[in-house]
Amino acid sequence: MIELCEVSYSYGGEALLSDVALELQPGSFHFLTGPSGSGKTTLLKLCYLELRASRGEVVFFGRPASQIGRDGVAGLRRRIGIVHQDCRFLDHLTVIENIALPLDVAGQPVGTRRQELDELLAWVGLSRRRGALPPELSGGERQRAALARAVILSPDVILADEPTGNLDWEMSLRLLTLLIELNRMGKTVLVATHDMTLIRQAKSQVAARVLRIRDRRLQAAGAEL
Amino acid sequence: MRAPARDTAGRRGGAPLSAFMRWLGRAASLLAGDARADRVVPPAGFTAWLTVFTAGAMSFLAVFALAFSLAAGRLADSWSAELAGTATLRISAPPEQVAQQTAAALAILDGTPGIAAARALGAEEQRALLEPWFGPDLPVDSLPIPQLIEIVETPRGYDAQGLRLRLQAEVPGAVLDDHTRWRRPLVRAAEWLRVLGATSALLIAAAMAAMITLAARAALAANAQVIDVLRLVGARDVYIARAFVRRFTMRSLAGAAAGTVAGMLVLALLPEPGAAGGFLTGLGLAGTGWLVPLAIPPLAALVAFWATRGAAMRALRETT
Repeated sequence: MIELCEVSYSYGGEALLSDVALELQPGSFHFLTGPSGSGKTTLLKLCYLELRASRGEVVFFGRPASQIGRDGVAGLRRRIGIVHQDCRFLDHLTVIENIALPLDVAGQPVGTRRQELDELLAWVGLSRRRGALPPELSGGERQRAALARAVILSPDVILADEPTGNLDWEMSLRLLTLLIELNRMGKTVLVATHDMTLIRQAKSQVAARVLRIRDRRLQAAGAEL
Repeated sequence: MRAPARDTAGRRGGAPLSAFMRWLGRAASLLAGDARADRVVPPAGFTAWLTVFTAGAMSFLAVFALAFSLAAGRLADSWSAELAGTATLRISAPPEQVAQQTAAALAILDGTPGIAAARALGAEEQRALLEPWFGPDLPVDSLPIPQLIEIVETPRGYDAQGLRLRLQAEVPGAVLDDHTRWRRPLVRAAEWLRVLGATSALLIAAAMAAMITLAARAALAANAQVIDVLRLVGARDVYIARAFVRRFTMRSLAGAAAGTVAGMLVLALLPEPGAAGGFLTGLGLAGTGWLVPLAIPPLAALVAFWATRGAAMRALRETT
């Protein structure tokens, strides 16, 4: 689905990632870990083309990033659901409008997908908060709304950048459960987190591969888990 | 694998006509509007009012620039038409010879090919001509005022040089003035005034485009976070630009309509040109000229459309 072939990324002459090789197979679950500032977010951004590799090639669904233009990037992001730690909502739109935003952007009529939206809201436990504005939501509600928005177009891949960074343990587990459910539905999931307890919890429920960034390079995590 | 839309669109292109039709379709869908697309960008009070005000003020000025240009055109035409077919013969002679020389001149003029009519002006007519300069109590009879003969040419005209030579020989006090000497500069000046009016209208349009571009860029900068979110969920540049372009186009249309109506009202309330009406009192629009300013609002909307689209697409390309 997404493949990074010997990818390096530099900014301002400083190498942030070096020779990263990663393949996200369909239906796989990956954790990406490492200390703050190690390059987790940079790697994720390379995976949805917010950044372009300085060296090497990122291949999306069989197509090299170098062949994907601006409109191609937009099309790509409809196949990749993204959840950020800060959620990034349009604060003047309600929860349901924010979740439906990708449908609107993709030119899909929202009116005919009301039931689907209702089911999605129920799945993330936000049925009663559908008319609320994002600033009125709690941290956990915001993350679940962001997840709902990320999956509304039924993407092939879900990328989550520190999705539990601002949540308490109970809310973190709830979000993790949703991500695992998505993976069981066949979605490819990549979660960047520094929360090792969460990763251990997940590994008891799903066959997740854990990767770690150390010294700008990606490697399989092992003994500490 | 899904084919990116841009590629298929690119292969479809080629013929300028089909590209134009595609653009026309996009413009039509843009003006038709998309309530949801409009909603994604929060309404911004400052740029909204700036755009409406700019479009209104510029359109108000454009009405006057147009009226000025049209009035200058009318003036040039009228000067050209009124003066082109006439000439004046002035007879300056001792009082006892004036009648005799006038009669001789009229006889010559009567037999000159290209002259349709020649008529000596009466004392009252000459007094009326001088009245604007010397007042109503001018004692014409006691002053050595030359006798004027009004000449009306046929469409083919006459040989001015030949007539001058004949008059010089037979009517020594006669001076022929075919108006060429001062008609040409006047017509040229009126033509320049017309060009000046049209140039002013173009400058107003350019200034409006510049102001709207600035307002659009300010709106785009203020909504950088919104644009970031839209990109994240897969919005194409055209989708993002559309929300801004439609908003600015409609605001400009509304502002320009108000400004144009206000300008036309002011023109309609200008005093009617009197008998001695000069250029300024004749500045208003006349006849079908009243239809011309009606083109200002759609033109302003078009200017706003291109200015905002250009600004939006440039700004979006500068981002990731």
